[in-house]
Amino acid sequence: MTVRTASETAGEGTAERRPPNRALPAMLGPAYLWLAVTIFLPLSAMLYFSLLTETPFGERVAAFTVQHYLDFFQKDFYQTLMLRSFRLGAEVTLYCLLLGFPCAYVLAKTIKGRWREALFLLIILPFWSNALVRVFSWTMVLRGNGVLETAVNWVFPDFGSLGLMFTYPAIIIGLVHSYLPYMILTTYISLQAIDDSLIEAARSLGAGRLTTLRRVVIPLALPGMAAGSILIFVPVVGSFMEPRILGGRQGTFIGTVIEDQFTAVFNWPLGAALSFIMLGFVLLIFALSAPVLRRAGS
Amino acid sequence: MAAIAVREVSKHFGSFTALDRVSIDFPDGGFYALLGPSGSGKTTLLRIIAGFEFPDSGHVTVDREPVESVPVEKRDVGMMFQNYALFPNMTVFDNVAFGLTVRHLASDEIRRRVGEVLELVRLTGLEGRKPHQLSGGQKQRVALARAIVIEPRVMLLDEPLSALDKALRVEMQVELRRIQREVGITTIFVTHDQEEALTLSDRIGMLRDGALVQEGAPGEIYERPSSVFAATFLGDANIFQGTAEAGGLRLADGTLLAVSDNAGAAQSQLAVRPEKMWLQRSDDTPAEGTNVIEAQVSQHIFAGSSVTYLLDWQDQTLKVFAQNRGEGVLPLGERVRICWSPAHSVPVEP
Ligand SMILES: Nc1ncnc2c1ncn2[C@@H]1O[C@H](COP(=O)(O)OP(=O)(O)OP(=O)(O)O)[C@@H](O)[C@H]1O
Ligand SMILES: [Mg+2]
Repeated sequence: MTVRTASETAGEGTAERRPPNRALPAMLGPAYLWLAVTIFLPLSAMLYFSLLTETPFGERVAAFTVQHYLDFFQKDFYQTLMLRSFRLGAEVTLYCLLLGFPCAYVLAKTIKGRWREALFLLIILPFWSNALVRVFSWTMVLRGNGVLETAVNWVFPDFGSLGLMFTYPAIIIGLVHSYLPYMILTTYISLQAIDDSLIEAARSLGAGRLTTLRRVVIPLALPGMAAGSILIFVPVVGSFMEPRILGGRQGTFIGTVIEDQFTAVFNWPLGAALSFIMLGFVLLIFALSAPVLRRAGS
Repeated sequence: MAAIAVREVSKHFGSFTALDRVSIDFPDGGFYALLGPSGSGKTTLLRIIAGFEFPDSGHVTVDREPVESVPVEKRDVGMMFQNYALFPNMTVFDNVAFGLTVRHLASDEIRRRVGEVLELVRLTGLEGRKPHQLSGGQKQRVALARAIVIEPRVMLLDEPLSALDKALRVEMQVELRRIQREVGITTIFVTHDQEEALTLSDRIGMLRDGALVQEGAPGEIYERPSSVFAATFLGDANIFQGTAEAGGLRLADGTLLAVSDNAGAAQSQLAVRPEKMWLQRSDDTPAEGTNVIEAQVSQHIFAGSSVTYLLDWQDQTLKVFAQNRGEGVLPLGERVRICWSPAHSVPVEP
């Protein structure tokens, strides 16, 4: 009895008198501090670099300039690259959507029990292998006389060469393979949350499978699909490893150019400026698509 | 518009038997109530008729046509789900209009019919709300409207009115019955409300542990329950144990409780409805040919128009409903006689 009354009075004191969000800063604080140190500080340093005339290492003295930003808008070369990179991002995202949605749907709604876990593992598995190893293993598959060509020639003896290696499609294949699991996972989660009885209700009201998909399932899965798209689009736009290894001479994108500035040309200010311009465009695209996403998500 | 027949349908989930060789005829245009305790297989039966679930054995026919190979969306069944299953991404209007838009009706026709049905379920004005902005009872009415508005051949209503207050429920019952009569939709509904089952339906089927225990018109089921379960699940009943004998039931103390001649097979249990009994003071002479037992008033519950007495008789508690005719309430501890006509002794299976 005494214990209960004690906890009751304590409960009243804390829960009712104090505003409930007291604990919020304490809980969020460490996370924000961590983010500030690990993201904000390096990013500010990069912003500072992007405004310098040259990489401020050693004896060299750097002055402030916005020339690198102007360069982007004055040279068609960069703009073409930027466009190409965004197109790459859009295409890879689209293919991931087209491949990922059916896969997630089957996992979430058709397969039950242990099979689901097994298939899930197969999807996650690529995540656990090293990204570089993954990309190089694709070169084994795609190159002339590689696994794929041998297989095709085995079925159709006179097929000849596929010529996939060092092409744009090769880059797409590699990127889609790397990023598909993101789409499957995010879409799976939102499909999983859809009560089966909603699908049954739609069908009992006369909607066929396609109409049910279009009017009930996809609208409800949209938040997951959007999250997956963002998770894929942003890194793909800036990707450099897959284009370089699988694309060869075709593999010049804004990501590879930025990487060159840091590792080969040693023009950090230009690399940093290009990075910020890319970030700006990405944010612009999200800002433009936000109303559409919000309407779909609500 | 459609007669449904369920024949010898069984359904198992793993080793669990949800339905056990159930056969029911749902007459064309009838209003059929399914009653039964929680977990007795009512929803499972509706889901099989709707086509979401397939029977392990047995079959379902609609207008004599087997429907096994007919997909859900072609069965023209308006199903109202126990959990409502409203589309969370759509407004009330779009939820109700869904079945009409997939039928490609003209938009002013859709607007008219949705408006009508929302008025019918008293939800006019809430068209623009999303399901999460509705109360439980409002959601339930949206679900009902969504099933009704398509005017299906068959309506399957899983506890359609359970979340409504008494007044609204009565209104909805009247409306349901009216639509069902006007349009002639074969309706099967699940309810836990005995009164609703008795007042609304033409026929009642009672399920227990996946088996159909009794079926019939409401009056028949109420007056002639076939088992102790049926007698106590639908309405109240006093159950007497004894040994079956010619003309009645011999109690352990030697009293013979008379049963009318056409009562059917003798059983070792009798059920008597509390309102069929009346109470007499022990010094009054009992009427000729009635069953009489002596008991002691242990509790009385005054409910205005009637009084419910609980009486101790042997080691059992019996219940008697008495109309309030102004004679006053019998005091606690009073020894009284409980009387009833042999015609109201119903032999029941255990
Ligand atoms: N998908 C399923 N898997 C396993 N068991 C199930 C499944 N669906 C129903 N059951 C079981 O079958 C039995 C009958 O279920 P059903 O939903 O038909 O009951 P009900 O009569 O509608 O009960 P209530 O009145 O509580 O809604 C229950 O014991 C339930 O646990
Ligand atoms: Mg149920």
